[in-house]
Amino acid sequence: MTSSKQALAHPASSAEAAPGTPPGAARGAHGGGAPAGADSWRSRLYRWDMKASPYAFVAPFFVLFGAFSLVPLLYTAWYSLHDVQLSALDHQTWAGLDNYKNLFSSEFFWNALENTFTIGLLSTVPQLVAALWLSHLLNYKLRGSTVWRVVMLTPYATSVAAATLVFTLLYSWDGGMVNWVLHFFGVDAINWRESDWGSQFAVSTIVIWRWTGYNALIYLAAMQAIPVDLYESAALDGASRWQQFRHVTIPQLRPTILFTVVVSTIGATQLFGEPLLFGGVSGSKGGSEHQYQTLGLYMYDQGWIIGNLGKASAIAWSMFLILLIVAAVNLLLTRRLRKSQ
Amino acid sequence: MTTSELTLPPTAEVKRERRRVMGAGKQLHAGPLTYVVLVVFALVSLAPLVWTAVAASRTDRRLAETPPPLWFGGNLFKNLQAAWDQAGLGTAMFNSLIVAGTITVSTVLFATLAGFAFAKLRFRFSGLLLLLTIGTMMIPPQLAVVPLYLWMSDFGWSNQLQTVILPSLVTAFGTFFMRQYLVQALPTELIEAARMDGASSLRVVWHVVFPAARPAMAVLGLLTFVFAWNDFLWPIIALNQQNPTVQVALNSLGTGYVPDQAVIMAGALLGTLPLLIAFLLFGKQIVGGIMQGAIKG
Repeated sequence: MTSSKQALAHPASSAEAAPGTPPGAARGAHGGGAPAGADSWRSRLYRWDMKASPYAFVAPFFVLFGAFSLVPLLYTAWYSLHDVQLSALDHQTWAGLDNYKNLFSSEFFWNALENTFTIGLLSTVPQLVAALWLSHLLNYKLRGSTVWRVVMLTPYATSVAAATLVFTLLYSWDGGMVNWVLHFFGVDAINWRESDWGSQFAVSTIVIWRWTGYNALIYLAAMQAIPVDLYESAALDGASRWQQFRHVTIPQLRPTILFTVVVSTIGATQLFGEPLLFGGVSGSKGGSEHQYQTLGLYMYDQGWIIGNLGKASAIAWSMFLILLIVAAVNLLLTRRLRKSQ
Repeated sequence: MTTSELTLPPTAEVKRERRRVMGAGKQLHAGPLTYVVLVVFALVSLAPLVWTAVAASRTDRRLAETPPPLWFGGNLFKNLQAAWDQAGLGTAMFNSLIVAGTITVSTVLFATLAGFAFAKLRFRFSGLLLLLTIGTMMIPPQLAVVPLYLWMSDFGWSNQLQTVILPSLVTAFGTFFMRQYLVQALPTELIEAARMDGASSLRVVWHVVFPAARPAMAVLGLLTFVFAWNDFLWPIIALNQQNPTVQVALNSLGTGYVPDQAVIMAGALLGTLPLLIAFLLFGKQIVGGIMQGAIKG
């Protein structure tokens, strides 16, 4: 560090000692003879470096990403057309569309698809509404504003397994905290694990709890970028606070809201850890009656509990197609919204 | 802060006028009701964690009674010890630290390099490649799991940590995140000046890019660490109970046939502790980073 600094500080004197000079110091007064050859070699190296370095910088990312994400994506499609059993990995026989036929005729697939959809809806909508409200509150001038933000983000910094285990206990049938609190409101104990909607609701609350603060921060950032004059003119026109929120804040946040909707939707389609742990022993089944088996769980169950990897591949690709449809619908809606504005 | 505020210090009259005009927005002070609602949100955020500690300090039988315990008991260390032994949390924590640590370093390093190239360097197909990166951000990990499992078995790498580490060494999100940050945070003139001095690309990266990217690298590092620590699907497929990560170990604790709830809670507490410690130390930066990323993203 120091040596290179000194060299740069005295370019003229250090240039005399040709061999040890850094490239920057050599270019300058020296022009003829042997140094010129060295210079052209150096400048060629320099030009080559300029040209090649961008590729060198992006290469590790694309090589690793390609090898472990993109290539497997294609192989999954390939395996989904084969009969691949966990018990006999070396025997892969062509199966055509059998895995898909098998899948689409299975009631458990449609059940998982429906559960993924309802749990996704149950977790995403309240989560984003709560986040919007929370960010609106955090946008006020607050005492200790950073502390509030950090506190609201703590659930995000909790491990999935830990959070799920706690909620499982909170939701337990007898002696659980939730039922105990409910009985003060005259509500009978609910079987959060066995009932259909109860278990889906319980799983959703874990997701809501972990992600609301995170989304609130994203909204808060976008809110702080809204120009104050918009509120000023709205106030001058006599808009109430609620009207300002509806007619200034929400429209200004629209791109951010769409962003969070897309991200949460993607998260919801991949839901895995929460329902797995919530189910305890029957985790991969999504409860005794498959009442909260998501597509992610279904794939794990078919692939690694039952051992049909070909079918698991078909499930994975179905998930991908569903995601693409969701993305396309999102895109269409965004266009619509933009046009109607 | 608006520019008018910066140029002329507001008089009392201007301030009063502004307060009259402003219905909402940043200038408005929070009323008592806001604080009440925020306290409720904060309690909901913190209560499950605090109660984990409460439950972890009790006995299993006491947990199943109504009303559930609301204050700490004396069994904490016994339960922590039991969870540590039963779930093999020592190995699991060590494994998770290795896995999440390696993934974090690699993701941040390669994301910074690629993000820098996308943000500041001109090269053929850069636009197309960036589009590809953004497009692949929504490929779910489920899509890669079956082939990865088959390949890793072929390699004889089942149950080994590199199996878990390799597929997560880079993320499209990380690259995009660093690109978004560096577009604005790294002045192009600074790179050009270094170039004029004849600095090689590596020197530019080391002396110009890394210092400029440091705040974003820290945030991406923390986000990646949380993500890697919480990864579930691939570790549970790739690793067995003898060599688990924390999530896999906690799963086995939760699915045990004679579950001791207090011990499970102790395990949950231990399993989330490293994340919470990191969060306590860097919470402010993470909060700032998420907000910054959101504006630019």
